[in-house]
Amino acid sequence: MDLSLKPEHREFADEVRAFTRANLSPATREKTFSGKHYDKDDHVLWQQALGKKGWLPYTWPKKFGGPGWDVTQRFLFENVLAEEGAPRIIPFGVKMVGPVIYTFATDEQKERFLPGIRASTVSWCQGYSEPGAGSDLANLRTKAEKDGDHYIVNGQKTWTSYAHWGDWIFCLVRTDPAAAKPQEGISFLLIDMKTPGVTVRPIIMLDGSHSVNDVFFDNVKVPIANRIGKENEGWTCAKFLLANERLGIAEVPASKRGVSMLRKISDEPSMAEKIADVDLQVQALEMSELRALSTMALGGAPGPEVSTLKVRGSEIQQRIAELAMEAVGEYAALYQPGMLFHDTNETPVGPDHAPPAAPRYFNMRKTSIYGGSTEVQKNIVSKAILGL
Amino acid sequence: MDLSLSDEQKQLQESAERFAREKYTFENRRKIAATERGWLPENWAQFAELGWLAIPFSEEDGGIGFGPIGTMIVMEQFGKGLVLEPFLPTVVLGGGMIAQAGTTAQKEALLAPMIEGKKQFAFAWLERQSRYNLADVSLKATKDGAGWSLSGQKGVVYNAASADQIIVLARSAGGAREDKGLTLFVVDAKAKGLSRRDYPTQDSLRASELVFDKVSVGADAVLGTVDGAFSVVEDAVDRAIVALCAEATGCMDAINAATLEYIKTRKQFGVAIGKFQVLQHRMVDCFTNAQEARSMTLMASLKIEDKDAIVRRKAASGAKVQIGKSGKFCGQSAVQMHGGMGVTDELSVSHYFKRLTMIDLMFGNQQHHLTRYSNLSMAA
Repeated sequence: MDLSLKPEHREFADEVRAFTRANLSPATREKTFSGKHYDKDDHVLWQQALGKKGWLPYTWPKKFGGPGWDVTQRFLFENVLAEEGAPRIIPFGVKMVGPVIYTFATDEQKERFLPGIRASTVSWCQGYSEPGAGSDLANLRTKAEKDGDHYIVNGQKTWTSYAHWGDWIFCLVRTDPAAAKPQEGISFLLIDMKTPGVTVRPIIMLDGSHSVNDVFFDNVKVPIANRIGKENEGWTCAKFLLANERLGIAEVPASKRGVSMLRKISDEPSMAEKIADVDLQVQALEMSELRALSTMALGGAPGPEVSTLKVRGSEIQQRIAELAMEAVGEYAALYQPGMLFHDTNETPVGPDHAPPAAPRYFNMRKTSIYGGSTEVQKNIVSKAILGL
Repeated sequence: MDLSLSDEQKQLQESAERFAREKYTFENRRKIAATERGWLPENWAQFAELGWLAIPFSEEDGGIGFGPIGTMIVMEQFGKGLVLEPFLPTVVLGGGMIAQAGTTAQKEALLAPMIEGKKQFAFAWLERQSRYNLADVSLKATKDGAGWSLSGQKGVVYNAASADQIIVLARSAGGAREDKGLTLFVVDAKAKGLSRRDYPTQDSLRASELVFDKVSVGADAVLGTVDGAFSVVEDAVDRAIVALCAEATGCMDAINAATLEYIKTRKQFGVAIGKFQVLQHRMVDCFTNAQEARSMTLMASLKIEDKDAIVRRKAASGAKVQIGKSGKFCGQSAVQMHGGMGVTDELSVSHYFKRLTMIDLMFGNQQHHLTRYSNLSMAA
């Protein structure tokens, strides 16, 4: 058991840093540090650069195009990227549907879909939640009815992040409305967003931003060949995907960056102690995450204990955003959407870090709700680990 | 000891409650927020007609003498409705300072027309570096013949775009953070040399950045005594803080009611989510927080005109700490319990959350007032 870095790991970190500095657009980097929202290109051009290097699918087995890194390399990769201001990798392709495909799909489906995910030439979004199926995901109603060699899909998905940028969507659909348990009538279906009958409608969030959407399916014809795994066995894929989602979502590297940014913007004594407190919370979370990764590296699958990582990760993200707003004071009251959403020559009113402070605090309230709410995560741990 | 409302106070409460309920449905509020002014002159005219603009002022000043309790009553209903009309800057702050420190001539020229609904005010004290310190003022007031010349900048000035007069806190003497050497000036909003950049705020109000470039004012523009403005400002701000606490209490009641309704009706796993004990206990905690916020607001409203300045300041700071804490708890809990819907612009819950957040930021956040209360308590 050893915390120190071997020389080859230090070299690896240097290589990642040099690559990032050479390939991450300065404009994108600037958006990270100024709290401005990204455009599609900010994400995609960076991801495509990583893809060309073979680094985008960095958690995938070598057999499917992963670079074959150990836990330490993955840890360093994520941390260096965050330090250098790279936008977080959009998880829906690389971290969610990609692993589902290489685990459950046919060879033909793997050949069809994995290259576009590895290279980030195809953008994916996640069709899970519905108005009546949030925490109770199994209660989903979007149905897929067989018609020859197609399914006809009707229904509505909601909270679909980046559906307005998406080329494809992976959906949980109901293929057996009469199943004894709702989980037993669900299939995992990949749908081309350009298929006639698919409509995307923006949902505006409380900070005025647009990243999530409603997606409506009106008699959408989807080839049965787009189904991953067996009919009515989609819940297995869903659970596999959700466990991976919970592992990646703690956002430790970004929170570390957040703590060091906090120290730059405030030196008041009471604030310094609050920053120290959240700094220590981040360290505890980081070590917990490393322990989970270490278990996985030895061949274990992420267990229900990763749910605690998501809960603590979200609380920390929220606390950092809260402190960043507190550090601004009264100037956080001014709403300056030009600074957040557009390329503009306007100067911010108040300190440079003022414009995104309150919007980000508001926006981060979603982290304890999405990806399985804190309440759901605690139920999982309570049942699966504590046996209550 | 009698903590009940008198008949007159009850009538005021009913009348304010009806205004908020009828004129400030959430859809109406959205429409008003989308106008350029950000509030409705017809609503303000109704306030004038109902005598609300006269609430805090003595009868000899042309008011109805309902004092801080009267202010508390209307501000609470304004909080419930997320009302946008600038009662705080114009009546509580502007009117309050003129009533406390103004000459008879100034009261006739400014306070009386304001009470009739004919004038709007803004209070410009904050500067880029001030951070909750009312004495951290550098905008310079230089003697210029019989009058003065004002140069410098002010920030986050609520209602400046609608104001007829801007009451400006300037440094006439002393060092950058000394509380001696501050003077209040009443400046015409159209004064030569005064320019503005206007902004919406996170919670749909309106504020501005002001630049004063050698703005000339007469000797009669001085409000109160030269170099002696600080105690007037401190009192006015403490009264405004108590008014904000009342507004926050109204917001908490509304957000809690909306959340309670949501968890009673939203079904997942075959039952209303309000059946889950975790949410039940959390809802109780929200309810308790709102109760304590109401109690501290009432306590502060009763103490804010005490003849002992320490009592007044501790009352204001104590209440502000409470509503910072409770407002955050109720706001964050309401959003969480609404699930994904809580973080949309569509529902009113996020708007109440944003208003509660901004109230904490105004005139000193929870931490600032905890420190102030602590310092005042140690010194006693």
